[in-house]
Amino acid sequence: MGVLPFFAYTTIFLLIPTLVVAIGAFLGADNTFTTSNVRALSQPAIVSSLEHSVILSAVTSVVGAVVGGLLAYAVTTAREGGTLRRLVTSLCGVLAQFGGVTLAFAFIATVGLQGFLTLRLQSIGIDLGNSTWLFEWNKGLMLVYTYFQIPLMLIVFLPAVEGLRPQWREAAETLGGSAWDYWRRVGGPILAPSFIGATLLLFTNAFSAYATAAALVSQGSPILPLNIAGTFSSEVILGQENIGKAMALAMVAVVAVVMTLYALLERRTSKWLGR
Amino acid sequence: MSLQAARRRKQAILRWVVVGLVLTFFALPLFGMLEFTTRGAGGSGRSLDTWAKLVDFGTIDANYPDLKEGLIASAGLAVLTVVIMLVLLVPTMTWVRLRLPGLRRTVEFICLLPLTIPAIVLVVGLTPVYAWVTYLLSEDTIWLCFAYVVLVLPYAYRALDAGLGAIDVKTLSEAGRSLGASWFRIMIRIILPNLRTAVLSASFLAVALVLGEFTIANLYSRVNLQVAIFRLGKSDAQVSVAVALAALAFAFAVLFALSFVGVTRREARSPFTRRGRRRAKES
Repeated sequence: MGVLPFFAYTTIFLLIPTLVVAIGAFLGADNTFTTSNVRALSQPAIVSSLEHSVILSAVTSVVGAVVGGLLAYAVTTAREGGTLRRLVTSLCGVLAQFGGVTLAFAFIATVGLQGFLTLRLQSIGIDLGNSTWLFEWNKGLMLVYTYFQIPLMLIVFLPAVEGLRPQWREAAETLGGSAWDYWRRVGGPILAPSFIGATLLLFTNAFSAYATAAALVSQGSPILPLNIAGTFSSEVILGQENIGKAMALAMVAVVAVVMTLYALLERRTSKWLGR
Repeated sequence: MSLQAARRRKQAILRWVVVGLVLTFFALPLFGMLEFTTRGAGGSGRSLDTWAKLVDFGTIDANYPDLKEGLIASAGLAVLTVVIMLVLLVPTMTWVRLRLPGLRRTVEFICLLPLTIPAIVLVVGLTPVYAWVTYLLSEDTIWLCFAYVVLVLPYAYRALDAGLGAIDVKTLSEAGRSLGASWFRIMIRIILPNLRTAVLSASFLAVALVLGEFTIANLYSRVNLQVAIFRLGKSDAQVSVAVALAALAFAFAVLFALSFVGVTRREARSPFTRRGRRRAKES
């Protein structure tokens, strides 16, 4: 059978790992069924890291969506196939993947203690404060996450904005509508589902991100992925890894809910865009 | 007409303001990296020493063994990931289109599944699988390619799906069969050449993803490019930032060049749209 290799491969490297996480979350140190791992999720440290993760993802996805959405619209007013469009889309293609170590370095070199912007601002009398703000989840991490959320928004949202037909706008004008009328009654409602959908996608993107935070935060585990990584590499307490699996399961659950919403919205959007 | 002209002007102003502001935000950290790598010794003056070091392959070889190892590992990983991904996906997706349309949704579902499974979760779940990989093969970094293929699946699927939608697989393969070609020959000589652009974008995506991957390699304590950059950051920050910036510039150059080649490029790069298929129908 021609499809056998594919199913064999995905079973080994995708389905088995998923099962390992799902089952491991309910196994104790002696391999018997237990709900203690799941109950351990209510530890204050884990709850607060989950909370931080959700807030971080929500804020950066909304900011990224608004700024990225504006950028996408601005880009579509330029000539199709022109240099500006190519430049911005290629740049965003790179920056959206540009998480992790490089990004952490870039921000340290810019607004860190010895960063050029910090020094430049100091010389004109503006103090960014001590450098530790960059390493806090609700300040530095948020700023850094926004840096890869905006480009991702452009890539995901641009096709929807491009789907707006100029005729719709002309029709609105012919009927005496102002720009505000057009956006409130035509453009806005048509773009709304894909905008929300893209925001949800950005949320899962930030929620799953690990590398940037790992390179930036060296102490403590303010967000869930760091917390999971901590249980994964620590061999101090036995059975910790199964708590890690329970946390991983919680993460999958959150992402799955969001992605389901995304899929539902996507179905609605495609109707409008005539895909 | 004047109404339109006024709107155009307003749009142009908005465009330059928005694009200008966002690009400035994008540029600042990149400039920060560049500025950092050209700082002279002792933090004063400008110097190109760091970049000179980077161009001099001899010193890299001798002084930065981690970097060399990571670079070689990532290059190997990129090639292997692309090959496995293509061998796995292209025949399967073609076959499903031709003979097993009922399985299409299943294959799509499986391919998009990694989007809902964060890489960190995959690391947790893959531990026992990788224990076997290490046992059967070796502990070499290169075998991370198996996990990377999974990470690439959603993007590659959408790219290839758009490509397959643009050609008439059925007629092409029937023509080939009636002229006496084997299935293997049809795959290599007919399907693949017709999927050029889609294969190209899927491969490029895979390369970009592999070059930027840190999570899995770091947690399994294997050295790839990103892990090497990370480790180097602790001893020789300037060189590590320079390498990171060079990798970024390289990726941008490739993407920008690709924007002049592919028809299905943008659609392919974004796994979340299906415009490729629509465009194909229109043309």
